[in-house]
Amino acid sequence: MLSSLLALPFAALEVGHHLYWQLGNLKIHGQVFLSSWVLIGALLALVIAGTRKLERDPRGVQNLLEFLWDYISNLAREQIGEKAYRDWIPFIGTLFLFIFVSNWGGALIPWKLIHLPDGELGAPTADSNTTIALALLVSLAYFYAGLSRKGLRFFEYYVDPIPMMVPFKIVEDFTRPLSLSMRLFGNILADELVVAVLVFLVPLIVPLPVMLLGLFTSAIQALIFATLAAYFIGEAVHEHHH
Amino acid sequence: MTSWLLLAEAGAPEGGLFDLDATLPLMAVQVVLLTLILNALFFRPVGRTVEEREGYISTSRADAKQKLAQVQRLQADLKDQLKEARKAAQALIIEAEQETDQLYREALGAATAAANASREATRRELDAQRDGALGQIQADADKLGDLIVDRLLAVQ
Repeated sequence: MLSSLLALPFAALEVGHHLYWQLGNLKIHGQVFLSSWVLIGALLALVIAGTRKLERDPRGVQNLLEFLWDYISNLAREQIGEKAYRDWIPFIGTLFLFIFVSNWGGALIPWKLIHLPDGELGAPTADSNTTIALALLVSLAYFYAGLSRKGLRFFEYYVDPIPMMVPFKIVEDFTRPLSLSMRLFGNILADELVVAVLVFLVPLIVPLPVMLLGLFTSAIQALIFATLAAYFIGEAVHEHHH
Repeated sequence: MTSWLLLAEAGAPEGGLFDLDATLPLMAVQVVLLTLILNALFFRPVGRTVEEREGYISTSRADAKQKLAQVQRLQADLKDQLKEARKAAQALIIEAEQETDQLYREALGAATAAANASREATRRELDAQRDGALGQIQADADKLGDLIVDRLLAVQ
């Protein structure tokens, strides 16, 4: 029984298999880029369709884009503060939109219909490379935000309440990208795996609630990532002694 | 770019969950490019549109407020004018009424005086005629009396 189960194509889930492209002597994961290009293309198509003719009385897709803009700028303002948030709307917004379309695209587009020689298409955020890249960008962003706004005074933050905090704050600089990337990666990958296993075991109806839950967590993860990124930037530009 | 994380993938010669390679920096570059593109295509134009609309709304609001104030001022002005006009009309009416009344009285007085005068004249004429007639009759009576007396005296 057990051996027959194991003989069944559990390997069809193909965790950790990648479609390798050789770039000089560098290797990259082709399936991540393929699916990300499709999703970025869809996102750009939506944006272009909605901003082709911007009007004072918004119509059609412009409404959706203005809602998104409003949502993102409110998020940025709440976390970063009135003074500096405008410069960071594009970054926070791109993180949110990219992660959101990646998560939802991974769950909603039937990638399985396209067969690759190795690996399989899916959410780009289910690959640790993507999430670590995003998390490192956030780290760079908050260092840049703090240094460009406050210069060396940025490092006052490390001794903020008392100098004893220095080691903890330094450790935080490492744990922040780690937790950001692993949270997103783990959630999306786990969601894909749960759905795949359920579809494999019970192909009808049963996976649907889990898929809906997956969509919900996907949206929440995008929101959490963007909010935390904005929060880190906000903390970096915050004036402590005023 | 292979890392110690790969060591966790025992038995997997290549691949695995934490297979870090050139995908990472390329994906970072791709996201930065996407940020630039979205900023040019989405965040800047839409933000400008939203802010322009907010500006338009606030200026229209201020405009409308100003116009409303103007209208209220004009309305008050007109109300005052109307009140004054009404007062003037009232005064005019009273004046006209008084004038008419006076004219009426004057006309009445004149007519009464004329009537009195003509009545007086008529009575005086009547009196004169009556006096004349009475004198005539007296004279006639005296004449007849004399005649009677003469005849009677002549008979005797």
